[in-house]
Amino acid sequence: MPDKLLIEAIREGLFQEMAADERVIVLGEDVGKRGGVFRVTDGLLDRFGEARVIDTPLAESSIVGVAIGAAINGMLPVAEIQFLDFIHPAMDQIMNEAAKLRYRSNGDFECPIVIRAPYGGGVHGALYHSQSIEALFTHIPGLKVVAPIDPYDAKGMLRSAIHDPDPVLFLEHKRAYRALRSEVPDAPYEVPLGKARTLREGNDLTIVAWGWYLQEALAAADEFMAEQQATIEVIDPRSLRPLDSDAILASVMKTGKLLIVHEANKFGGLGGEISAIVAEDAFAYLDGPIMRIAGPEVPAMPYSPPLEQAFLHDKHDIRAAIERLAAY
Amino acid sequence: MSRAKATTTNGAAANGASRRRGRSASKTDNGPGVDALHALEKSELLSLYRQMYLIRRFEERSAEQYAYGKIGGFLHLYIGEEAVAVGAIKALSPADHLVTHYRDHGYALAIGADPGPVMAELFGKETGTTKGRGGSMHLTHVERHFWGGYAIVAGHLPIATGIGLALQYQEQDAVCMCIFGDGATNAGAFHEALNMAAIWKLPVIFLCENNLYAMGTAHQYISAVPSMATKALAYDMKAETVDGQDVLAMYEAARRAVEWCKAGNGPYFLEAMTYRFRGHSMADPETYRDKDEVEQYRSRDPITAYQEQLIEAGVADKAVFEQIDREVEEQLEAAIFFADASPFPDPSTIYDYVYAEPIWETIARNGASEDSEGPRG
Repeated sequence: MPDKLLIEAIREGLFQEMAADERVIVLGEDVGKRGGVFRVTDGLLDRFGEARVIDTPLAESSIVGVAIGAAINGMLPVAEIQFLDFIHPAMDQIMNEAAKLRYRSNGDFECPIVIRAPYGGGVHGALYHSQSIEALFTHIPGLKVVAPIDPYDAKGMLRSAIHDPDPVLFLEHKRAYRALRSEVPDAPYEVPLGKARTLREGNDLTIVAWGWYLQEALAAADEFMAEQQATIEVIDPRSLRPLDSDAILASVMKTGKLLIVHEANKFGGLGGEISAIVAEDAFAYLDGPIMRIAGPEVPAMPYSPPLEQAFLHDKHDIRAAIERLAAY
Repeated sequence: MSRAKATTTNGAAANGASRRRGRSASKTDNGPGVDALHALEKSELLSLYRQMYLIRRFEERSAEQYAYGKIGGFLHLYIGEEAVAVGAIKALSPADHLVTHYRDHGYALAIGADPGPVMAELFGKETGTTKGRGGSMHLTHVERHFWGGYAIVAGHLPIATGIGLALQYQEQDAVCMCIFGDGATNAGAFHEALNMAAIWKLPVIFLCENNLYAMGTAHQYISAVPSMATKALAYDMKAETVDGQDVLAMYEAARRAVEWCKAGNGPYFLEAMTYRFRGHSMADPETYRDKDEVEQYRSRDPITAYQEQLIEAGVADKAVFEQIDREVEEQLEAAIFFADASPFPDPSTIYDYVYAEPIWETIARNGASEDSEGPRG
């Protein structure tokens, strides 16, 4: 199987879904002639034409709103928000309309849209080009939120998202676009939404991590296991809502210890929800406190390299947390 | 199309039609609406009256049911604006689409929703248009592609543009009509949606009901221009202003808009000048407008004016209208009985239709896990 970069896997997925189904259209800022700010949609315009690859005005509210309207009238739109930081004007459309359509109509309408958005920091993007704000969206019933980081998962989950009858926010970590590769089949395939992936199996400690930090967590776990007798289970939820709570609970019931790692700040972050689920349903199995490694409580990722570095965590921080938790 | 041009065209056509049909239309010989007066069948003309009267009485009966405590929450009555919905919807075909603001009872009824389910929706009953999920502000009519009333002002305009995008892409011979108030024209989504519809030449009719007030604030305080249609000009969009208290003028203007869109010319902006005779909602002290002003507008009631117009034109006599009125009263009596007799939805249905496939996590997070036998039970 050929190795592909994350960006190549997503692009290939878009090509194949558009080729297979004329209802699939792509719209967003600079997605056509420019090929997207990160060039994810490069080549789509030439292949599928202006009617299906639509350069929009810089108006996120209506990019999402138009996608919703097209979707309820039979299309399968894939809207791109250029940076996840830009999505806030579209919050009304996402939360009040897309997530509610099925519910408000008692099942008469549906809203099969995908909103793709690059997110995350570590690329010197500073205040408005670095956010990890997935928790704002995982709070919304009716919306699905996925954040695959592995290229194989990304291609398969994109297909699932496009054909999912509900609205899906599809998060792509921009730092990983050209940094991560994995074996990705040329032919289309689906990876189901709502299913976690266990990357390391272990018995003594569970790490739940997603996004770029999954790499750091894996590196920390591997180093720890190379030196210690203990084994660590590493789970990538991939899908943040619906969340595969069963997989997380089963793992914690086995290991008795849970470390959650995410880039977003801690307060009100998704790690808190995962902690609560485990505390509610697997309390008796816990042998130590649930621990979280998360971003600092600052309103933005600062620009200057030492400041940005101070925001971010790496495998050393995670290794230190593993040591502390393993000692219980 | 400018107002003057429309008047001339219609006047000329009307004179010919007038002679042919032998209907007298002396009062409005040169005005908008005369064309339609002569072009429409008697049954169609009377149907427009019936719909307006149905909406008027539906709203009055709703207010009464609200007072009895049968309807809760926020109730926004359409009284005074009936001619806008009835005239506009008359111009639509079954293939066309509709999205509206939250003052949507009139549109639901005009597009063909049975008063029974609409009243039942207001009552929060299982037989309502969305089984009580939405209530007054969120009515729908699936068969006629009425995608609902929307309660976020201007939030539905981008959705209408998207529906238009799909219609164009699918090469359908249909339009999307989008209803909103003057207040919406000051919101960002309005401008985004109009711009996109214009650059892509989408078949969307933006119909602004200008009733002079955005809830409790007169438009001169919150809009830089008094005419909402001028805002469409910024997007090089065809626009016209029409008398929204004249159902036939309204119908003609909407028909022009439909034809324009279906011919592939892009979107069309209609500003209907109208007035709501009642408060913004049932809980409105109306401190922001004079009683004299309200009385002045009430004297131009779109329903009595239309009835007089039809009587004068010899379409029908008083007895015909009295008969229609009686039938409408009976229909509404039956609708209220239906709503009253219908059951409330089963509380357990609260979890239905969050996603296409039920997701246990949603149910568990809603606190049902304690006594349920779900995956985490």
